Amino acid sequence: MTQAVDPSDDLRTHRGPSPVVRPYALVRGRTKPTGDSLDVISMAYALRMSVPDPADLEPEHLALLRRCAVPMSVADLASTLDLPLGVIRILLADLRDRKLIRIHRPRAEPLTDIRLLREVADGLRRL
Amino acid sequence: MGYDDFEDSAPVAVKILIAGGFGVGKTTLVGALTEILPLRTEEELSGPGTGIDLTTGVETKRTTTVAMDFGRITISAGLVVYLFGMPGQERFWFMWDDLSHGALGAVVLADVRRLADCFQSIDYFERRNTPFVVALNCFAGSRWHDDAEVRRALDLDPHRPIVRCDARERESSRDVLVTLVDHTIAAAESGARIKSPSGSRF
Repeated sequence: MTQAVDPSDDLRTHRGPSPVVRPYALVRGRTKPTGDSLDVISMAYALRMSVPDPADLEPEHLALLRRCAVPMSVADLASTLDLPLGVIRILLADLRDRKLIRIHRPRAEPLTDIRLLREVADGLRRL
Repeated sequence: MGYDDFEDSAPVAVKILIAGGFGVGKTTLVGALTEILPLRTEEELSGPGTGIDLTTGVETKRTTTVAMDFGRITISAGLVVYLFGMPGQERFWFMWDDLSHGALGAVVLADVRRLADCFQSIDYFERRNTPFVVALNCFAGSRWHDDAEVRRALDLDPHRPIVRCDARERESSRDVLVTLVDHTIAAAESGARIKSPSGSRF
């Protein structure tokens, strides 16, 4: 008897102890994302959850999209889906190209927003 | 719900870097503050310094996998602090620019018995004008050095904070981060960007 797979399941639970394909096979050998570079703390969030042409996307794209239902950082996504940062960046850029997600860039360098910095300092003191 | 609402609800993220030589306690410090989450990056070995163009064919393309210490401290629903332990070995140098761009600042963790191990980190953050503090991880049995002696040995500016910590202790590690953020605030308030007093330490 077959069992229905919950589409929201973590990819990792289906993949076993080690990946069958090297991560870069997922992105067909590409090593650079399209468009602007993505910071590790850039926040990605889904613009819509319905995909017009799911066939031209990998299951990892769809898993990423599901995770982005709430804003998620690039680093959190890489950690949660257990994929290298470089691969996550390429997959996210693919989703951005298809207008499925939007990416919110972090504050510009240098960080000089005193109010924000004080909020961080006060928050850390409370730890 | 409009999509702009998502943007409004996106938390503000800041990142703090934990640098220092191999085995100095970076993982311990991150682990004392928060759960360490698995994070890896797989990068092409084609950065400056390899001297060989490795991108001419797939068969010659080589990648290296690097595991990083990564932690997340949720200050509030709207503010998250990310900690990144920067891989210390020289062959991972290519990742530093990527990680340090836009960082709030850096903690350079040092062991007084092996101060030279943190020279590269200090040089790097001075060159980039990234705010940083030096945290001396006081291992049991490590000889006491006074701050002036350490400052001289590391050729640090007089205003650069030097703190002592025990990276195994949560409160001690937290105080290091607080010192860093206070230092970043002071730097932002004075508007003075800190210049390296001299060239490389080598």
